Amino acid sequence: MNQRRSRFQIHGWLLLMPAAIFLIAFTYYPTLATLAKSFFSQGNAIKPSRFVGLENYEFLITDEVFWKVVGNNVIYAATTIPISIALALLMAVWVNGRLPMKSLVRMSFFTPTVLPMIAVANIWLFFYSPDIGLIDQITSSFGIASHNWLGDPDTVLGCIIVITIWKEAGFFMIFYLAALQTLSPELEEAARLEGASRWYYFRRVMFPLLMPTTLFVLINAIINSFKLVDQLFILTKGGPDNASSLLLYYIYEVAFSFLDQAYASTLTVVLLLALAIIAIGQFVFLDKKVHYR
Amino acid sequence: MRTANLKEKISLHFEYGAAYLLALIWMLPLIYAFWSAFHPSEYATRFDLLAPLTLDNFREAWSQAPFARYFLNTFLLVSIILLAQFILCTLAAYAFARFEFPGKSIAFALVLIQLMIMPEVLIVENYVTMSQLNLVDSIVGIGLPYMASAFGIFLLRQTFKTIPKELEDAARVEGCSALQILWKVYVPLARPTYVAFGLVSVSYHWNNFLWPLVITNSVTTRPLTVGLAIFGAPESGVDWSIITAGTLLAVAPLLVAFLLFQRQFVQSFMHAGIK
Amino acid sequence: MLTTLKHKAGKLTIAAALGLGMASSASAVDLTMYYPVAVGGPLTKVVDGMVEDFEKANPDINVNAIYAGNYNDARIKALAALKSGEPAQTSVMFSIDIYELIEQGAIVPFDDVVETADEKAWLDGFYPALMENGKTRDKTWGIPFQRSTIVMYYNKDAFRAAGLDPEAPPATWDELVEAGKKLTKKNGDTVEQWGAMIPSTGYPYWMFGALAMQNGQTLMNSEGNETYFDAPATVEALQFWQDLGNKHGIMPTGTVEWATLRQNFLEGKTAMMWHSTGNLTAVKKDASFDFGVAMLPAQKRRGSPTGGGNFYIFEKSTPEERKAAMKLIRFLTEPERTAQWSIETGYLGTRPDAYSTAELTQYVQDFPPAAVARDQLEFATAELSTFQNGRVRKLLDDAIQSVLVGDKTAAEALGSAQKQADRLLKNYR
Repeated sequence: MNQRRSRFQIHGWLLLMPAAIFLIAFTYYPTLATLAKSFFSQGNAIKPSRFVGLENYEFLITDEVFWKVVGNNVIYAATTIPISIALALLMAVWVNGRLPMKSLVRMSFFTPTVLPMIAVANIWLFFYSPDIGLIDQITSSFGIASHNWLGDPDTVLGCIIVITIWKEAGFFMIFYLAALQTLSPELEEAARLEGASRWYYFRRVMFPLLMPTTLFVLINAIINSFKLVDQLFILTKGGPDNASSLLLYYIYEVAFSFLDQAYASTLTVVLLLALAIIAIGQFVFLDKKVHYR
Repeated sequence: MRTANLKEKISLHFEYGAAYLLALIWMLPLIYAFWSAFHPSEYATRFDLLAPLTLDNFREAWSQAPFARYFLNTFLLVSIILLAQFILCTLAAYAFARFEFPGKSIAFALVLIQLMIMPEVLIVENYVTMSQLNLVDSIVGIGLPYMASAFGIFLLRQTFKTIPKELEDAARVEGCSALQILWKVYVPLARPTYVAFGLVSVSYHWNNFLWPLVITNSVTTRPLTVGLAIFGAPESGVDWSIITAGTLLAVAPLLVAFLLFQRQFVQSFMHAGIK
Repeated sequence: MLTTLKHKAGKLTIAAALGLGMASSASAVDLTMYYPVAVGGPLTKVVDGMVEDFEKANPDINVNAIYAGNYNDARIKALAALKSGEPAQTSVMFSIDIYELIEQGAIVPFDDVVETADEKAWLDGFYPALMENGKTRDKTWGIPFQRSTIVMYYNKDAFRAAGLDPEAPPATWDELVEAGKKLTKKNGDTVEQWGAMIPSTGYPYWMFGALAMQNGQTLMNSEGNETYFDAPATVEALQFWQDLGNKHGIMPTGTVEWATLRQNFLEGKTAMMWHSTGNLTAVKKDASFDFGVAMLPAQKRRGSPTGGGNFYIFEKSTPEERKAAMKLIRFLTEPERTAQWSIETGYLGTRPDAYSTAELTQYVQDFPPAAVARDQLEFATAELSTFQNGRVRKLLDDAIQSVLVGDKTAAEALGSAQKQADRLLKNYR
């Protein structure tokens, strides 16, 4: 009996082993190596790398670009997350309702999900181009002066945010749609019979029931707000004057354009810390939710 | 009662109008891509219903970049990743769903960490690893960090857990080993999850950019996204007609598949989201 | 052990999967070269065609020419390949990457590769202005290939419409402003045609190098370890650039996109644009109006930095490979081929003898704009190039953009850029 149990245990570990090796090699080890590297200087052919303690972090604190990029990323997250989730929910409610031609509408909402960001970025570049771009062509027909959308630090981040929302909302819609279809239609009918308005039904019945989905989508949206930087490569390269740069793009730039992997590791540690804090926060929040239910 | 009804009706129509408008805006980039790809370049930024149609842009785009090669690379890439993910995630998910072993819950929590710390965050260090393994500029190198997918493990574990244990016991009585049980009982019953996860994975890696950009150097490994980014690099002065033609070429397979199997596609994505 | 196994398995899979033929005759030399493209037109085809010609003429040398994106991508990719042990013996990379490549120990000076008197003569045959970015520490590290200067493209039809002489483009800053005011057409608040556009994304420091030079100031020393960002003439030059938009209203405020500028010019949204000569052939092909090309205007003097890519030979190469690389580079820079390259792209003929070939002489006669960049070489200077080039360049780029968008004054922005550049470069003095 005991022997069988230990064999059972060994089997469990053996099954886990292949995935574990990959996770160790490409997630845990690099995480630790990044942390270690952030305490060393960048070596080159003339000067080898050496231990410098907190020097990279001291540089980080005085690095204006870093702070700007962090600020941008906070704005980026604070806008893309709630807006794309709200839109996704709205889309799902529409597409789940009695809207005529709803499969066509659903398709168009979902299309951005299958298009590569890097390809559509060039099309957005056309939309945003001053004078010749689509937006300016439309606004100028109403007599509004053209605007340098990507060349103005006040609007450039907004432009990037719009693209991200466009890309994400349809993807999140699907998850809400799945959840909505598990709600029984009688629920709404009952609420309507009692004279509840659609808004009341949505606020007091539907939204609370969708909470688990919202949490799942929220996690995805948060991760994306750190991860989705593809459009920057085509549209702005982080400019003008870093007004649209995001943390992951800055890491790429430092590591592969400035060839400073030590400082890039330091920046990565910051990103990892941010993710860790969010993960812990979610854990606490999720735990509460679970108890609540 | 009546006026309330009317009011609601109007607001409903208003809502529908908003829905259609939003749908139109969402389609606009694709509509524009079709416009500019099928018209001569002088109409790329001018809209004229009488503009002549042409296929020259596609010919030009196809001849300017080795798209055939990029297609092959992307195809190999998503296939390799998918195959590896299926194997690794199935085994791990089975372990988490049906086995008891010391450290299981810690191991599971560790796996879930990868949901947060995705390979994109670790490009710098993973690049170093790849160059030590001599896998820079190889298709396998693009795929490796994604092969043990926490999302896949999690999804399959949830599915496996819903499969009645009696089926497993019956198979065991017939003398099946653990792997045989997995292959004969669990995998067939989890087919919808595999389809769903497969679609999510394929569309993710078909469109993935940052890591492939970092790790590839040459035509023989570049996937479509990286090829397209280099092909359409704005530095060379944007020529939207040709870029949109190239874009349409690149997204065509996924887009056509999506249009043909729209229902299954959407349902699969929905399935992947259900927990 | 595991590493090598994995490595072998990986390589095998790839080789098998892609059906790569590894066989090549024993005596043949294989060369891998990376090259970038940063201007319009089907340049990759031109390069591939010339490489093919070379292989035909030299059957014992195989060249694998890899298009790697823009200049930055090409440098990243070539260095990455070298670090990870992939072969690469020669590459076209940004002329200004020289210090970084030396620091990385990646390249060898041509003085070590050149042997015969004939080869020495060839080395001395390039325009001296183009060699500036390829020389340091008394050695030559880069051979000019796709080189350019900035020129001013202008719309002659727009000049006529504004009552300006289309054969007398502005030659000074004041004339530029004056002409620009006449050329700026407004309809209410909407500007239908701008007077001039100078791109400020992509390569802002390059355009700025021209303005600074015109104001009599270079941006760095020839050792690449000192910058002059906060010199009064530099600050003045940036102030002038900002004034074009803010004070004179002849250029849009904010930044002007490098990538879409050509399209703007072709659509008649701007009457003048500053851009690389490398765009000449693309503009010529697509312009539906009469256009001209002029040297950049002068303030204290005329001036433009040279720009573009040089050939480098990598340190990680055998003597045979270096010889083969030399052959390739010499082949691609022969007068006839340089002439052909210049005609097909608009890039400079890098050597005086290219302009004496029958082909290019004829072309310049039929199409005088093709000679403007060459004539401007007389006033040209090196492009911004220092140690820690990526960072230093970005410091200046950010400073320029922050001034153009109105966040900072020229003196503030450049002062802070200089301070940070000093911090980076002090270790190299």
